[in-house]
Amino acid sequence: MKNLKINSNYIPLMITICLFGALFTAGSLAYRGFFSLQVILNLLVDNAFLIIVALGETMIIIMGGIDLSVGALIALSTMVVAYALADLHLPPAVAIVAVLVMSSAFGFLQGWLITYRKFQPFIATLCGMFVARGLSFIISQDTIPIQDPFFIKMATTRIRLMDGAAVSTSVVIALVVLVCYIYLAHYTKFGRTIYAIGGNEQSARLMGLPVDRTKILAYTMSGFTSGVGGIVFCFYMLSAFGLHAVALEMDAIAGAVIGGTLMTGGVGMVVGTVFGVLIEGIMQTIITFQGTLNSWWTRIAVAFLLLAFIVVQRVLVLRREGKKKIRPVEFI
Amino acid sequence: MGLKIPKAKKLLEKQLFWPIAALSVLLLFNFFFIKNFFALEIIDGHLFGSLIDILNRAAPLTFMSIGMTLVIATGGIDISVGSVLAISGAIVSLMIGGDMVFVNGQQQYVTHYPMAVALLVAVVVSVVCGIWNGLLVAKLGIQAMVATLILLVAGRGIAQLITDGNVITVYYKPFFYIGSGFLLGLPFSIFLVAGFLVMIMWLVKKTAFGLFVESIGSNLLASRFTGLKVQKMVWACYAISGLCAGIAGIIVASEVKSADSNSAGMFIELDAILSVVLGGNSMAGGRFSVIGSVIGSLVVQTLTTTIYAIGVPSQITMVVKALVVVAIYLIQSQAAKSKTKTAQVAQVTETMKAKGAQA
Repeated sequence: MKNLKINSNYIPLMITICLFGALFTAGSLAYRGFFSLQVILNLLVDNAFLIIVALGETMIIIMGGIDLSVGALIALSTMVVAYALADLHLPPAVAIVAVLVMSSAFGFLQGWLITYRKFQPFIATLCGMFVARGLSFIISQDTIPIQDPFFIKMATTRIRLMDGAAVSTSVVIALVVLVCYIYLAHYTKFGRTIYAIGGNEQSARLMGLPVDRTKILAYTMSGFTSGVGGIVFCFYMLSAFGLHAVALEMDAIAGAVIGGTLMTGGVGMVVGTVFGVLIEGIMQTIITFQGTLNSWWTRIAVAFLLLAFIVVQRVLVLRREGKKKIRPVEFI
Repeated sequence: MGLKIPKAKKLLEKQLFWPIAALSVLLLFNFFFIKNFFALEIIDGHLFGSLIDILNRAAPLTFMSIGMTLVIATGGIDISVGSVLAISGAIVSLMIGGDMVFVNGQQQYVTHYPMAVALLVAVVVSVVCGIWNGLLVAKLGIQAMVATLILLVAGRGIAQLITDGNVITVYYKPFFYIGSGFLLGLPFSIFLVAGFLVMIMWLVKKTAFGLFVESIGSNLLASRFTGLKVQKMVWACYAISGLCAGIAGIIVASEVKSADSNSAGMFIELDAILSVVLGGNSMAGGRFSVIGSVIGSLVVQTLTTTIYAIGVPSQITMVVKALVVVAIYLIQSQAAKSKTKTAQVAQVTETMKAKGAQA
């Protein structure tokens, strides 16, 4: 019985990985030049910031919350970087630290509102999103190029792997964040508490777990990863703009869901999210390779995948819960 | 003294108190700080003024907040309304068409399809979008936020496909009447909103629908055990939300005389949700007030207009909006602590005691 349960927990992840493989195979068969290491690596290069942000988002979703502020926080981070470098002439290291502190504080504030002021996560982070976008426009309403030598160096440096394929420094950062998150989620008390809160906050509290502290910490970490994502976004775009990364939170949430995270909380894996984001990326790549399709098909394809995954998850949950009588939160 | 305090307390506990208070404070602020804010003048037989402008501009948002209220009352949420708005606007613009035809130097108003057909198709498609959301939420039991996320992601893509990625400009004059025409000296959209509001109020207050929705939002399981057709009710709410978004899309398209699938209704779902929350409705579902949401949407629009009027850069609107929401939320949660469920139970027992004492 226990074995079976673990299996069904892994099924969404398996499906995600298989789908990624299938999409890559399909692309390789259909288009010349698709089957190469560089195509896969480019997925990482182009989506590094999304992966980083989606990891923070995944933890929040597993906890049963949601963070809508991540995209706006990326925009604000790029703005703060540009402002610190261009107007305040701070050294890059100081700018980066400032951004990380700012975004963590932002996340902390949201977490505080949610935990101690009983804001719904949706509302609190929605307000956070508005504030972050607004603040970045207060700094400047135009696009600011980032011309700092360090940032340009980070943006242009390519780390060569075999076969002449190369990755950017952003990918390395993303992988480091990923490793941290895998460790946090699966090997620490903090991670287990997150899963417990997502499963049932009341029970977690009654079990004596530090629910409040963990919640605030998780939102702070989501803010922190948004800051890291913002810096990586700077490396990627070398510019700052208040409308950068619009609706990125939806991509992050979609990535988490496609990666097998349940929006109801308690179930999910950070590794799955990476594949979820990569699937979104590979759809984009396929549509680029195809050439004639309107790029808006990407959105539709992602939505279709979301649908498929949600329905599959639903069926799995229903099957697992089948023996139980009726769950109050569901209609069936 | 002993009488006054409970009265004041009762007033504070009224759901409509806070939205009306917020609106009053905003209007009061405008009264003192913006010249001629309350001035109304008649130009060409039409009433003009900031207040009329607010009512007119709030029309799409009001529509959406009405639909959103019902959805949120069932304990759900519909974040796809902005995309549905874009789809509806795209359809209506495409079907009316962007041709400018001149005959002997005189502009002729031509449509690809009759306007009535275009409007009907847009509305029907929007309702279908709502039904789709309802299918996922009510029938398949998918969490509302996730279920509507699908259409949110896909909707804008679909709208782009409809317009082929272009901004379609409409030159058909009769169509503009919906968004910028005047009836009896007032903007036509106000009548649209009022008419729709009356219909919804009738549905909510004069039929059992409102009670059923409230019951579903309060306790879904109990509602089902009492024999309510829970699925159908929830389904209907999402369909109404789609309908509202569709009408809002038509109004927006008519107002700006074009369909821009990229930016039409961007973030309006968030404004709609804010309106509902500002209207004193709980995001958790249950008791709801459509009027509250309408006032909430007016608060949002008044806030926007005020910020424009003061001359602050428009982008700051977002920050102010967010801060106002946080402030109201904080005050509300502080003031409404007695409104929590346990307190309600305590209240009930108290009144029962009082009744017992009377007897």
